[in-house]
Amino acid sequence: MMDHSKIEKNLGLMLVMVLFAISIGGLIEVVPLFFIQGTVEDVKTAEGIKMVRPYSPLELRGRDIYIREGCYLCHSQMIRPFRDEAMRYGHYSLAAESQYDHPFQWGSKRTGPDLARVGKKYSNEWQVQHLTAPRSMVPESVMPNYPWLLANDLDYSDVGDRMAALRITGVPYSTNKAEYDRNVKDFGAEVAKQLHIPDAQKSLIEQAQTGNYDGNAANVSEMDAVVAYLQVLGTMVDFSKLDNDAFVKYR
Amino acid sequence: MASVAIGSSEQYNYDVVRKFTIMALIWGAVGMLVGVFIASELAWPFLNFDFPYITFGRIRPVHTGAVIFGFGGSALFATSYYVVQRTCQARLLSDGMAAFTFWGWQLIIVLAALGDVLGYSQGREYAEMEWPIDLLIAVVWVTYAIVYIGTIMKRKEPHIYVANWFYLAFILAVALLHIFNNLAIPVSLTKSYPLFSGAQDAMVQWWYGHNAVGFFLTAAFLGMMYYFVPKQAGRPIYSYRLSIVHFWALIFMYMWAGTHHLHWTAIPDWTSTLAATFSIMLLMPSWGGMINGIMTMSGAWDKLRTDPILRFLIVALSFYGMSTFEGPMMSLKDVNALSHYTDWTVGHVHSGALGFVAMISFGTIYHLIPRLWDTRMFSTKLITVHFWLATIGTLMYITAMWISGIMQGLMWRAYDDFGNLQYSFAESVAAMHPYYAMRALGGAVFLTGMILMLYNCFMTISQSKNVPAGGLATSAA
Repeated sequence: MMDHSKIEKNLGLMLVMVLFAISIGGLIEVVPLFFIQGTVEDVKTAEGIKMVRPYSPLELRGRDIYIREGCYLCHSQMIRPFRDEAMRYGHYSLAAESQYDHPFQWGSKRTGPDLARVGKKYSNEWQVQHLTAPRSMVPESVMPNYPWLLANDLDYSDVGDRMAALRITGVPYSTNKAEYDRNVKDFGAEVAKQLHIPDAQKSLIEQAQTGNYDGNAANVSEMDAVVAYLQVLGTMVDFSKLDNDAFVKYR
Repeated sequence: MASVAIGSSEQYNYDVVRKFTIMALIWGAVGMLVGVFIASELAWPFLNFDFPYITFGRIRPVHTGAVIFGFGGSALFATSYYVVQRTCQARLLSDGMAAFTFWGWQLIIVLAALGDVLGYSQGREYAEMEWPIDLLIAVVWVTYAIVYIGTIMKRKEPHIYVANWFYLAFILAVALLHIFNNLAIPVSLTKSYPLFSGAQDAMVQWWYGHNAVGFFLTAAFLGMMYYFVPKQAGRPIYSYRLSIVHFWALIFMYMWAGTHHLHWTAIPDWTSTLAATFSIMLLMPSWGGMINGIMTMSGAWDKLRTDPILRFLIVALSFYGMSTFEGPMMSLKDVNALSHYTDWTVGHVHSGALGFVAMISFGTIYHLIPRLWDTRMFSTKLITVHFWLATIGTLMYITAMWISGIMQGLMWRAYDDFGNLQYSFAESVAAMHPYYAMRALGGAVFLTGMILMLYNCFMTISQSKNVPAGGLATSAA
């Protein structure tokens, strides 16, 4: 056996060897995912429009509140490729569907059900009532009441700053004409408008008023944002337009 | 006056060790109290009281932060500073820097808890702290590394003792994990967005999350084991060769295993297979550590009858062996398909956290306190009572979670005669209620033991002021 006392007597050698031993795993397992192309699927319509888009300003603020309240500690957003999960929640989640999620919200625990495809499953009214008083809709629920979401006005003063920070990480929000035109090409004109940072507050108010998520068109509440976020979850990819086998090669 | 004089004339810096020891006790009680409360919220949801700052989602990170970083972290700072000085026969590199790590670390725990209740969260499990706190952690951690490594450089003994290898690996690994997992673009002082997204972010987070367990809650506590088990048993470590093999194997393999938290998700399958493979192999070095600790008792088994401190240490190692068998089993894809997302995972974590981490810390602190304050424990009987409360509480907790976890997993995938799902999700929630109540009760039993310990240690320390000081220098060896 190699003489270990050499390492035990030499602090520098020991530090280098420990660093080496603890670095290999991450280097081989984590780093390649940033470079292997197939890690995130490329999901497009027949017309070449990207199905998965960044969140609109209102949805983004809703997502921030979802994180603020720690929803991820009880709800996953990652449907696994099992028969029971397909029946309960829908098609298994694609990596592409969370490609703009900073941070990811896949979760690790289902004290409540998975929310990856909760969008459009329930009406806005149901969501508002359920968030305000969960046991009024689902008597068995152990979820806290969130009455303040309806009472609190949404602070959207810094939504542009938030989008700008995400833009630095690589989310295609646009700041100028060239980026805007690129988004029109990638996501279509309707979506591109929502992704334009200079118009962020305007788009946010517009979406809250048209969507009227909280049942009160007069204000923009935190509830508007949360429900807008929940209603978009899992709805971006239209699986009816895709060949299911197309995803097999990515796994 | 007297205590100042003792502090400065001591051969070693025990002042910072004493401070961290006290805070470990306090954070332990606080963190476990919050734990019992959030467990009760899941059993009786009215306890959320429609009050934003105490909802489960906001104070669950208060619980994990206070027990992992407050209780566990303070216990590790205390023991590592104690062990490094005694095994190197050298005083800490700098009293000022050591004091800075103490006050800095306590500030971090308080700020983190405040951030959690106010909803300033990065949305990453076990790393909810926003970026200003993350920066502070980095500064304190680098200072810690300097003090620790600097003290080893001053050693009078040519060999670096095995406990220090584990503490060193823990300090380096936690620095690495903390930095890469918290890379973020700030929006304001209280909000940032992580640099990575989706699948890559998930990989980074669970590389961090699993190794926070592997290094913060395992390697470092094995360092504790390697000093305090032989000390308390009065026997040398069972096998020097085993300690070498299992140390290098453990720190190498842990870093590969994190992806088993992402089985069946949208990450490439090969990463998940690789992680499962390493997780299974990890059983060997894990049990290497357990065997080395337990076999150190050879020739001293009779002491278990009379010494409740030793009982804490040995039962801790038994729970360690059990949870490091359970972990690899749960990392098998087919088992994980059932266990993932259920309470089984929560139970598994707690068999390690309560059974191993907390128990070995209790034993160690009971060993340390009389030596740090140059006195005897106020009550050995209370230690025995604490031992039984901790053991029974842990068993109640993990049994409840095994039942509820496996039941959840089976209910979610149950079909009726027509091939439809047999149970709605809500039905599975309702079925959990008795086990959530049992878990809260188990936690409360464990917490009661913790409070007895706090009382026992408080009485010990306050009686020590009546004892003439000066015994510390002679007991230092």
